[in-house]
Amino acid sequence: MTEANSLWPLLSTDSWANSLWPLLSIVLPIALIVGLLMLGVAYLTFFERKIIAAIQLRKGPNVVGPFGLFQPLADGLKLLLKETVIPAWANRGVFILAPLLTFTLAIMAWAVIPFDEGWVIANINVGILYLFAISSAGVYGIIMAGWASNSKYAFLGGLRSAAQMVSYEVSIGFVLVTVLMSAGTLNLSGIVNAQEKGIWYIVPHFPMFVVFFISALAETNRAPFDLPEAESELVAGYNVEYSAMTFGMFFLGEYANMILMSALGAILFLGGWLPPVNVVPFTIVPGALWFFVKIVVLLFVFLWVRATFPRYRYDQLMRLGWKIFLPISLSWVVLTAGVLVAFDFLPRG
Amino acid sequence: MAQVNTFTLNFGPQHPSAHGVLRLVLELSGEVIERADPHIGLLHRGTEKLIEHKTYAQVTPYFDRLDYCAPMAMEHSFVLATERLLGVELPKRAQYIRVLYAEISRLMSHILNVTSYALDIGAMTPLLWFFEERERLMGFYERVCGARMHANYFRIGGVAKDMPRGLAEDMSLWCENFPKLIDDMESLLTENRIFKQRTVDISPVTIEQAMDWGFSGPMLRAAGVPWDLRKAQPYEVYAELDFDIPVGHKGDAYDRYLVRVEEMRQSVHLMKQCLEKMPAGPIQTDNRKIRPPRREEMKSSMEALIHHFKLFSEGFHVPSGEVYAATEAPKGEFGVYLVADGTNRPYRCAIRSPGYVHLSATDMLARGHMLADITAIIGSLDVVFGEIDR
Repeated sequence: MTEANSLWPLLSTDSWANSLWPLLSIVLPIALIVGLLMLGVAYLTFFERKIIAAIQLRKGPNVVGPFGLFQPLADGLKLLLKETVIPAWANRGVFILAPLLTFTLAIMAWAVIPFDEGWVIANINVGILYLFAISSAGVYGIIMAGWASNSKYAFLGGLRSAAQMVSYEVSIGFVLVTVLMSAGTLNLSGIVNAQEKGIWYIVPHFPMFVVFFISALAETNRAPFDLPEAESELVAGYNVEYSAMTFGMFFLGEYANMILMSALGAILFLGGWLPPVNVVPFTIVPGALWFFVKIVVLLFVFLWVRATFPRYRYDQLMRLGWKIFLPISLSWVVLTAGVLVAFDFLPRG
Repeated sequence: MAQVNTFTLNFGPQHPSAHGVLRLVLELSGEVIERADPHIGLLHRGTEKLIEHKTYAQVTPYFDRLDYCAPMAMEHSFVLATERLLGVELPKRAQYIRVLYAEISRLMSHILNVTSYALDIGAMTPLLWFFEERERLMGFYERVCGARMHANYFRIGGVAKDMPRGLAEDMSLWCENFPKLIDDMESLLTENRIFKQRTVDISPVTIEQAMDWGFSGPMLRAAGVPWDLRKAQPYEVYAELDFDIPVGHKGDAYDRYLVRVEEMRQSVHLMKQCLEKMPAGPIQTDNRKIRPPRREEMKSSMEALIHHFKLFSEGFHVPSGEVYAATEAPKGEFGVYLVADGTNRPYRCAIRSPGYVHLSATDMLARGHMLADITAIIGSLDVVFGEIDR
């Protein structure tokens, strides 16, 4: 029992809830993380609208609440209260299942993300593989939505999305391989700890960081790779037939994935919860706050890119993925492996 | 072998990048366009027929509603046609004001087109930057005639009113600042790799093709033909002004973008020249049978009152004859073919709208390209359904 309670050392000494405690100790952190994540998603939309508004020389939401701070809540409430329309020719079961799947998977991935030393729900040794499996499964939600909507735009959006996510997952995979070779572990906390001893991986693996970030844009269907929902071509792509909370779930899922990819980038390349310099003013700040700051910085780049760049075309996107990113990441894997072996830098586990 | 059917996609009329009410039936093989079939008529209002039942002076508001992105450029062709039939000479100041506002209209139209074209490709920031400036241009419209879009400012025999005090200074100031914003936009688009990948070599048009399909305006110039009615058949005071005609060499979507951006700079240049050279003086012809009397005059002069009544009820009679008057509208050659039968109404008023001609080439332009390119192609055509459907 004690090892499951690592997050709650103080409460675990209570004896009053011997039978309830194991359950609570699992449910509470999950509820906390899901709650924070939903709040994060809500304010990410606000952040996004404000940032893009600033870039575009306008004000952004500023009516609901002070500085428009309640806007995301109003939006969420609106989505909740609207009617869910299911098209007559849609495959009802799959149509409803698709957003649920996307949303669930987006939340599940957070189980292995360490927020600080030991602040993780499941500190499993195959954390990276778990994340990889979850994000690969994410494409099913979109394919199912595209298929079940029985609409041509949604269908094309679903196809595009499937092809895109699969292609970019390959290069993300190789990026992960370089990092785990350097760290010598598949455990996400272990990867951060390896960076504590050595150097943040953004320094030796900078090209991989770039590949990772761009692939993350593609993986989360964000601009300039937002082809599956390209407004000017496919109207809204796979979620064209969705309304109210079914749409809301896709939306939450997409934004939760953005945060997840930023968190992953922070863990793999920016030293997770580690302070940038190991001296006093930086080390007092709690690790979780550093982690948060790093996520926000990466998210800012997501939004910055969206406001700046036009959209790729489908074939150009595939070419970029397979003909540029794949060779680069593959050769970097070989190079890293060679350097590690040649100079005897291999991590000892 | 199994028969592979094409995938038919109904693109519009309710589509975010159909630019109004374009309905495009696309036959796709995967994402590749096998056939693009534009359907028109969803905004048809019968303008040409309605005009036959209006006096000449009542017609100009209908022209505002053709290409509503550049209303005064539309009025221009009609008033020129009527003036040629009437044989009216315009005072210089009226001509300068017309050229000034024709160029403002060109800027309004190009701002809308270039930035919404960028939006279709996925770059949304230029649109929001430029709409503020477009709003200022509409403010110039409003200050001179009271309306932001449907101006009815160009009148047969001149313009409706003189420019109010201070407007010329504000325009000069605007002309100083606007080119910097064009530079900003170009820094986002012109050399952007993604933008170039999306537009270079998309729907290239050779000179022969452009001629065969009857292209005009930026579409023709992008193909490499330096044909601009402002130079080729100068009307108003264009012959006295100094400006360049940008041409492309490939005729692809990227060249059309570049041509329009350069035309914006040239228009600003023309605006400045107009503001400098504009003489003082009357803004309407002094032919009392055409120009309505001033309101002050009507209080004291019986003839003025009678003329006012006659001009605003019966209108003036135009000697019988036929005329084709074309101007270089922002989208190309906008022509009015006017047949007068000696009465107070046009016998026939046929309109040549450049957008209609360009849209007819959609299939030729789009065939073999991908679905994503269709938005770039439509954006680069600069179609406005007000003038296409008339």
